[in-house]
Amino acid sequence: MSIVADNISLHLAGFDLLRNINLSIEAGHVSVLVGPNGAGKSSLVKVLTGELNPTQGTVWLNHRELSEWAIQDRANVLAVLPQHSELNFPFTANEVVSLGCIPHTTGYAVDQKIIADALQMVDASYLERRLYTQMSGGEKQRVQLARVLAQIWCPNSLGEQFLVLDEPTAAFDLAHQQMTLDIVKQFSQSGVGVLMVVHDLNLAARCADNLVVVNGGVIEAFGRPDKILTEQLVEKVFDVKATISRHPAANTPLVIT
Amino acid sequence: MRYLAAAKLVWCLALLLPAVAIVSLSIGTVSIPLTQIIQTLFATMGGGVENTQTSSIVLDIRLPRILLALLVGAVLAVLGTVMQGLFRNPLADPSLIGVSGGASVGASVVIVLVGGSVASPLAGLSLISFGAFIGGVISTLVVYRVATSGMGTSVTTMLLAGIAIGAIAGAFNSLLSYFSDNQMLRQISVWQMGNLGGANWLKVSIMLAVAAILAAVLPTQAKSLNALLLGESEARHLGVDVQKIKRKLIFLTALGVGVSVALAGLIGFVGLIIPHMVRLLIGPDHRWLVPATALAGASLLMIADSIARVVVLPAELPTGILTALLGAPFFIGLLIRQRGEF
Repeated sequence: MSIVADNISLHLAGFDLLRNINLSIEAGHVSVLVGPNGAGKSSLVKVLTGELNPTQGTVWLNHRELSEWAIQDRANVLAVLPQHSELNFPFTANEVVSLGCIPHTTGYAVDQKIIADALQMVDASYLERRLYTQMSGGEKQRVQLARVLAQIWCPNSLGEQFLVLDEPTAAFDLAHQQMTLDIVKQFSQSGVGVLMVVHDLNLAARCADNLVVVNGGVIEAFGRPDKILTEQLVEKVFDVKATISRHPAANTPLVIT
Repeated sequence: MRYLAAAKLVWCLALLLPAVAIVSLSIGTVSIPLTQIIQTLFATMGGGVENTQTSSIVLDIRLPRILLALLVGAVLAVLGTVMQGLFRNPLADPSLIGVSGGASVGASVVIVLVGGSVASPLAGLSLISFGAFIGGVISTLVVYRVATSGMGTSVTTMLLAGIAIGAIAGAFNSLLSYFSDNQMLRQISVWQMGNLGGANWLKVSIMLAVAAILAAVLPTQAKSLNALLLGESEARHLGVDVQKIKRKLIFLTALGVGVSVALAGLIGFVGLIIPHMVRLLIGPDHRWLVPATALAGASLLMIADSIARVVVLPAELPTGILTALLGAPFFIGLLIRQRGEF
């Protein structure tokens, strides 16, 4: 089971944002999307999650065309955390996470348990009754993360589930970045396919099973971080001279600039 | 933190509503004791009411007016809630989609070109009401068309188009006022102040039908409105068919506000202030906001209309003046109390 992009191109307002992209996001794996600003990462995420229709090509979700999924069914399989949140109404953290349970048919009691567990997982139990509008940026982002985790908390009969996170760690301190990596690992081990956009190459190298390097609307490189992450690639894609070493503990590639 | 538990507020408002209605029935040019009001109401329900002067004041004059106030207040407030949710903007108002502006042009056109006193095809409804309703529906359609493209309806564009249509409507109104004589001018301005004075059972029945439709549909949309507060793409990812919901809610708002304005004129502030006030008390969960704002709007408009009826006896004030005078200071008070929290 997977999300598959089959020869995707996206042409918007006179710009070629994506060109002939072929990509497979496998269930049970963590795929991390990296690339410079404006490379097309967010466009790719939007096409893969059905937010934008590709100009050409097809997206497949669990062997079925993405556009053919009933919107309610899709929500039970695919949870998406966007980069920015527009929410400016004073929901409590508990209520925000409960919105993630809207697609569920599990019933009130199960949902309450899921909400509490999801909040605990992102270290936000203490925010339960606090108002979203009064939280710090990092707190807001953790509550939103809990919301999308709650959405695909329980497996269901519709197929493998996928979690798409667009820059989930942007507002996080070190401890919560680490926490996010642990959560992502835990979900992928239980069979969820994870697609994540991350700017920090070292963070990406630490948690990615597959690294997807996007540049100028095409996929520049795809594969295991220790296979593809080279000094030439970093210089070519990011225009930065870097040395690639090894993480002393995790033995993953370490990009030093 | 929040001041009240949502369920508690809904229950309090539900108990307040009949109390306000009965007190409103008792006050007016002739003051009728509460016991007599209750007696008359029970007698009517039993079918055997004597035709006294009291019963005729209560049943033929005050009751339709109070019920119209109740229904119009509930409809305006609940549609304000819906619009604020749909636009994700606590300053939105049901008139934002152009319906009020269009309705006032429709009313003015009838008053100036046809003459407001011409008999209408349906006894009990003035021609002005038809003009207002048609004007409101046309302007909503224009705003909706302008904001809808192949990509769906943009609420930002709708908001801006609503403002533009409002400006055009204002200009047309001024133009019509400029060419009208003194009597027409007075009729136009009184209509725009909003008045429940012309209430009758036909108007109550029409309003009741609209309120019943809203009561049947809106509670089923509460969860989707909650999801919409997160943003449109987030709502889609949660399985909400955003475009379908927008179309449905805009249609219901045009219908509800269009009919309210046609029957009672422009009554401001109820649709803006009630949702905001209730949200400050119980938070933004639409499953509670929808019933709570409907009940609160109903009570507020009944209270405002009762005061309008008695404050300058033996004359009456237009109701719209009172809703603004009552609602706005209370709202400012709430804002001051909550200042620290924003």
